[in-house]
Amino acid sequence: MTCEYDLYDPSWCPGCGNYMIIKALKQALEELEIPSHMAVIVTGIGQAAKMPHYIAANGFNGLHGRALPPAIGIKLSNKDLTVIAESGDGDTYGEGGNHFIHTIRRNINIAHFVHDNQIYGLTKGQGSPTTAMGQVTTLQYDGVKVEPVKPLALSLTMGAGFVARGFSGDIPQLVELMKEAILYSGYAHLDIFQPCVVWNKVNTFQWYKDRVYKLPEDYDYTDFNAAYKKAMEFGDKIPTGILFKVEKETYEDRFEFIKNGPPLVDAELNPMDAEKLLNDFY
Amino acid sequence: MDYTILIGGAAGQGIETVVLLLEKTIKRSGYNVFTYKNYMSMVRGGHNFMQVRFSDKAISTYSTKVDMIFAMTAETVAFHKNNLKDGGLIILDENFHNEENFMHYPFQKLAKEIGNEKVVPTIGFGVIGRYFGLDKDIAINTLKETFKDKILQLNLEALDKGFDLTETNKQLDKREDKNIIINGNQALAMGAIAAGVKYYCGYPMTPSTSVMSYISGKSKEMGIVVDQIEDEVGALNMALGASYAGTRAMTGSSGGGFALMVEALSLAGILEQPVVVVNAQRPGPATGLSTRTEQADLRFVIHAGHGEFPRMVITLRNPEDSFYQAARAFNIAEKYQIPVILMTEEYLTDYMTTTKPFDFSKITIERNIAEPEEGNTERYKRYKYTETGVSPRLLPGKTKDTVVLVDSHEHNEYGNIDESIETRNSMMRKRMKKLDGLKDELMEPDQLGVDNPEILLVGFGATHGALADAVQRLSSEGMSVGALVYGDIWPFPDKLINSLGKNADKIITVEQNMTGQLESLILEKTRLQIYDRILKYDGRAINGDEIIHRLNAILES
Ligand SMILES: Cc1ncc(C[n+]2csc(CCOP(=O)(O)OP(=O)(O)O)c2C)c(N)n1
Ligand code: SF4
Ligand SMILES: [Mg+2]
Repeated sequence: MTCEYDLYDPSWCPGCGNYMIIKALKQALEELEIPSHMAVIVTGIGQAAKMPHYIAANGFNGLHGRALPPAIGIKLSNKDLTVIAESGDGDTYGEGGNHFIHTIRRNINIAHFVHDNQIYGLTKGQGSPTTAMGQVTTLQYDGVKVEPVKPLALSLTMGAGFVARGFSGDIPQLVELMKEAILYSGYAHLDIFQPCVVWNKVNTFQWYKDRVYKLPEDYDYTDFNAAYKKAMEFGDKIPTGILFKVEKETYEDRFEFIKNGPPLVDAELNPMDAEKLLNDFY
Repeated sequence: MDYTILIGGAAGQGIETVVLLLEKTIKRSGYNVFTYKNYMSMVRGGHNFMQVRFSDKAISTYSTKVDMIFAMTAETVAFHKNNLKDGGLIILDENFHNEENFMHYPFQKLAKEIGNEKVVPTIGFGVIGRYFGLDKDIAINTLKETFKDKILQLNLEALDKGFDLTETNKQLDKREDKNIIINGNQALAMGAIAAGVKYYCGYPMTPSTSVMSYISGKSKEMGIVVDQIEDEVGALNMALGASYAGTRAMTGSSGGGFALMVEALSLAGILEQPVVVVNAQRPGPATGLSTRTEQADLRFVIHAGHGEFPRMVITLRNPEDSFYQAARAFNIAEKYQIPVILMTEEYLTDYMTTTKPFDFSKITIERNIAEPEEGNTERYKRYKYTETGVSPRLLPGKTKDTVVLVDSHEHNEYGNIDESIETRNSMMRKRMKKLDGLKDELMEPDQLGVDNPEILLVGFGATHGALADAVQRLSSEGMSVGALVYGDIWPFPDKLINSLGKNADKIITVEQNMTGQLESLILEKTRLQIYDRILKYDGRAINGDEIIHRLNAILES
C-alpha cells in the first residue's frame, strides 16, 4: 500500500516501537484526509524526534527539548496548519519540562505525541524522567535514585483539556487516539508507550502488554477526579485510552484578530499602516 | 540657550511625572529636549534622578553641569549640589534645611491644602514652568493628556499654585515645533512594527522589556501576537517557529536572557531561518547592574552560538537609528535567511530625545519568499545549493503537494539528516557563502567632524551622541578631530576606518566596557594601531563633557 505520507525507511532498530507509531501516524493523517502540505511535524532531538525525516509532511526538527515553542509559533502564525509536536520522554518531560507545563496553560490547538520508552534511546540508555526508581541503566549503575514523573497526572493538573495514553503495540487504538487528539480543539497530550528494544530491558513489549488495559466503554472522560485516579494508576494495571477530555477555549481564539481574521502569515505588510503610531509622540 | 534641570528623589515620588510634563511642554514650545534617566533597581525608595536638558540648538548628550535642581529629598541636594552651575538654583520643600541659593516652597503644605500629596510633582512643574516662562496653555494641555477626571482637577489646581509661587526669570518664547519626542526602545519597536513584525515573544528583562510592552500596546490595533513565554530559551525557539511558518518574528532580552537564547541562535544559523533578536545591554556579569548601562556584550554577541554560521550584528546609535535599523534588520534577515541581532544599551533604551518624525515611506519590505513553481513534481529542496548560498524559501502550507523540511542536524538539500563528507563541506560553504552578499550590504560607520582628522575617535552604538557633541565642541576650538561611530558592526565594515585611520595621527577608542572590545576587533580586522582608549564601566553613560575631559588628559600626558 502506498501512502501520501511515505518518504523513506527509518533507521530505527528492528523491533523498535517507533515503527508502529509512525505507521499509526500516517494512517491517522490519511484517514483524516489532511493533505500532507497542511500538516507540520515539529520535533526536538532523540530517536522519536527523527520523525520528520521519515514522513512526507512539513517538518521542523529543532533542538533537544524544544519541540513545543516552535509548534506554538507555527500554529499562531498559520492557524490553517495541522500542527503535531512529537518527541521522546526525555525531550518532553526532561529538557523541555518547562515548555511542557506552560504549553498546557496556553491550550494552543496542537496535538502532542510523546514516544515514552522510559529511557534515553538516542544517547544510549541513560535514565529518563519516566524511568522507574531503582532501574539500572547505562549511566545509573546502581539504579535511578529519583522518582519518575507521572506525565498524565502532570498535564491533567496543569489543566490540559485532552489527556490520553496509547501503546505502540495496539495500532488500531493508537490511530483512533491520534485522530481524536488531532481533531481536539486545543492542546492534546497523548503519551505513547514505545518499547526500546535495545536500552530498556525492563519496560519491554511484553511488560507493557501484560499491564495495559483499555478504559471501559462507560468510563466518563469528563470526570476530572476519575481521570486523576486513572492517571496515577501505574502498577500491575495501566489504563490506555482517553482519560480526560473537555471543551476549552483555545489560545489562538483569545487573539481576536486571529480568531476572526485570516492566518497571520497572510497579513499584507505595509509600513504606511504604522505611520499613525507617531501621533503619540508629538 | 541651553539649560538643564535635574529632578531627583526616591523611587515612587513622582520624578517621572515632573519629567514627562516638562519634556512635553518644552518640546511643544518648540525646543529640543534630551532627558537622561538614572534609575536604581528599586520600585520604592533609593535615589533616582533625571536631567531634562533643553535648547534651541541640537543636543545629543546630557550635560554634567545643571542650571536647576528640583530636589524631592534632602539626599538629592547632597548628591548633586556640586553639579550646579554658578548662579544655579535648587528648589525644594520649605521643611528642608536652609541655605542660600535654595528656593524654598511650601510644596507639602499646598499639596495638603489641595487634598492629595501626590500633586507635589505638578506644583514643582508649575514653579519650573513659571521660572522659565513656559506657555501655561501648553502646560495645561499636557496635564489634560496625562491625567483624567478628578485627578486632573487636582493637578490643574496644583499647576496654578506652582505658577503663583514664583516669578518668570527666563523667557522661553514659543517656536515652531515639528519634532517627536521618543526613546530608543519605542523607536526600535516602532521600526519593527513598520517592518511588519507579526510575532514578538519574550520574557521580561530590563532594559529590553519596553520593546515588548510597546508592541503589546499595539497588538490589537496592528494585529501582532505578543507572547510572554516561560523563558528565553523558549522565546527564540518560538520565534523561529513563527518565522518558519512565514511571519516576521522577533524576540529580545538583555544579556542574561540573550545567553539563554544562544543555543537557538545557532539553530537559526543551521535552519537558515530569518529572525531578529534584540540584546538590550546592561552591565554584567550575571545580574550585574540591572538598570544601568554598558557596552560589554559586543564580543559575546558577535560570537554567540556553537559552531560557525553567518549572522549580522547591528549596534544602535540613537532613537532615529533604532527605528530605521530595526526595520532594515528584517529585510536583511529574510534576504540572507540569517539571524540579525540588534544591540542597544540601557542608556539609549531610556533617554528621551526630540527628533525628526520618522519617514515611514523610506521603509521597504523585502521578504525574499520564493514563488511556488506550478506543476513541479520534484521534491522541494529547502537547502538547494545556489550561487549566493541563499536557497529559495517556500512556506509550509502554501504550496499544494510541497512540504518544507527544516532541520537542526547537518542535512542535505532536502533538509534530511546527512553526515557525508561531501554534504558537510558543501553545506558549510553554502551557509558561509552568504557572508559575501552580506558584506556588500554593510553600512560603514557614521563619520563625524572634519574629513581627515589628526585625532580619530572610534566608538559604536549609543556613545554616538556624546561623540558628536565632543567632536563638534573640540572642532570649534580648532582641534583637528573626527569620529567614526559604528552601527553595523558584524561583519565588520573596514573600509572607512582603514582610509581615515591610515592618515590619522592618533586613533583613540571610546567604549563603555573595561577590556576594549571594539579596539580588539579593530586590531583583529585591520592593521591599524590604537594610540589610547577611553573606557568606562561604572554603569553610567558617558557624555560629551567626559569625553572632552578624558581626551584632553590623554593628549596632555
Ligand atoms: C542540549 C542538548 N542536551 C543533550 C543532548 C543529547 N541528547 C540528545 S537526545 C537525548 C535524550 C533522548 O531521549 P528521549 O527524548 O527520551 O528520546 P528517545 O531517543 O528515547 O526517543 C539527549 C540527552 C542534546 N542533543 N542537546
Ligand atoms: S535505541 Fe531504542 S528507541 Fe532508539 S531506535 Fe533503537 S529501539 Fe528504538
Ligand atoms: Mg526516550
